[in-house]
Amino acid sequence: MNLLETRCLSRSFGGLKAVDNVDFAVPEGQVRALIGPNGAGKSTFVAAVCGRIRAESGSVHFDGKDISRLPAHRRIEMGMAYTFQITSVFANLTAHENVALGVRRIARLGRRDIDQKVMEVLDRVGLAERSDQSAGDLSYGHQRLLEIAMGLGQMPKLFIMDEPTQGLAEGEIEEFKHLIRQLAGDTTILLIEHNMNVVMETAEQITVLNSGCVLAEGTPEEVRANSDVQAAYLGTG
Amino acid sequence: MTGNLKENSLHVGVLVILAALFFVVSDYHDGNLARIMVLAVYAVGYNLLFGYSGLLSLGHALFFAAGMYGLGLSMNLLGFAALPALLVGIVFSAGVSAIVGFLALRTSGVAFMIVTLMFAQAGFLTALHFGEYTRGDEGFVIQQASRMIAGIDLSAHANRYFAAFGFFALSYVAVAILVRSPFGRCLVAIRENEERARMLGYDVWMHKYLAVIASGTISGLSGAAYALLFGYAGATFASVQYSILPLLWVLLGGAGTTIGPLIGTAFAFYLIDLASEITTAHLLVVGLTIVLLTLFAPQGISGELRRRGLKWLP
Repeated sequence: MNLLETRCLSRSFGGLKAVDNVDFAVPEGQVRALIGPNGAGKSTFVAAVCGRIRAESGSVHFDGKDISRLPAHRRIEMGMAYTFQITSVFANLTAHENVALGVRRIARLGRRDIDQKVMEVLDRVGLAERSDQSAGDLSYGHQRLLEIAMGLGQMPKLFIMDEPTQGLAEGEIEEFKHLIRQLAGDTTILLIEHNMNVVMETAEQITVLNSGCVLAEGTPEEVRANSDVQAAYLGTG
Repeated sequence: MTGNLKENSLHVGVLVILAALFFVVSDYHDGNLARIMVLAVYAVGYNLLFGYSGLLSLGHALFFAAGMYGLGLSMNLLGFAALPALLVGIVFSAGVSAIVGFLALRTSGVAFMIVTLMFAQAGFLTALHFGEYTRGDEGFVIQQASRMIAGIDLSAHANRYFAAFGFFALSYVAVAILVRSPFGRCLVAIRENEERARMLGYDVWMHKYLAVIASGTISGLSGAAYALLFGYAGATFASVQYSILPLLWVLLGGAGTTIGPLIGTAFAFYLIDLASEITTAHLLVVGLTIVLLTLFAPQGISGELRRRGLKWLP
């Protein structure tokens, strides 16, 4: 069954069609990467999926329901989590509180259980020791990891990550790949990513966007072998 | 958690000190403190919206006055007893804030400030327009004989002090609990980064709306309590000056801290009191102090304390 589906989804800015009639489907449990050159419409597409921006036409279906008209917070409530491309943590709150905000919304737990869950999640991304630090005092890489932890804390059905490895160090990227593999199967993941190494190693399926349209779709091998993709994105190789 | 223990001790300590002060200081200061505590309720209400939710309203005088007139007019025109009249004041201010919030929250930032200011001005002009009932700027007195609840004369010195203390304790503790609850934490998250809070699945608009209503209702409680304890209601309290004052108190005391509103209100009250003993140009002294505080302690008094080591300060 498809957890997420879009039909003829479109959105333009002025004369530019950022997302142009995109039909897209992710089956439950899959790790899907969304790639494409800069300006291909990847971020706009996921923003329309999770409701940050309104699509002009087309529909979005999530978990068997048409969510096209729902506001962003209702879509998130249904089991989506979204991490921002530009780091967007609560800088003046502690790392712990950043994650707790996500945990508290989904689970009516006591204080102690929430604390435990938060620490578990922070531990998973390697930030447990920094739980009392203000998020704004964390290094950029740690803030990126905190973003991911905030998503994890919501235990989403669909986890949308917009360039999660941007600005991470090599070692952190390895950790990240490990984390994705752990999540795979339980959580459906939609990953926008520029780091081809990460994409090829973690994604089961790849969708390539170009100029707002789906250019190709397939397994990493198929996409790598696709000549259109090579021309548009990977360079002639 | 030790942080919680410290917070609770602070809150209990503040209330114990306020109650004890009655027996320690002179009658003159008792009178001042009663007034400060009632006005601090207003600041507590304002702080919930400004300090914790990050919404700067310039129209809270409307809510204060709604509580004040709700009580005053229902007593003087409809002959209500003090307690039901107090309820009328609270319900009326809740209703007014529900309407104003519903409309004003279509805007944000500077537009929100202007829209709330305009509503408050409309309220002020309405109070003047119906001068036949409100007696406009001149205001009206609420007879001492009717300012009784359960046989207790609230105009008497000690009764008034402890009634003011009760109103303050109620709002202070309520807000302290509220801002520690998941709802309050979400308000802080909205203040810090609204878009992120939305993308964590929180209904940002509804949280803000409830914050406006809670803040407006507490402000209205303050207005009603003021009229009840000091026996006067007038349109001056609906004027723009009374929208600016709680902002000032909260800024001085420390926005987004539970204790800030009380500190700020007391500080501003005594600053004016002391300055006017020394010079007729007392507003100059007040202005200068505010400039200095803004320069050297932009987070307000308790905000500065928090920055200088009392990190647990709620």
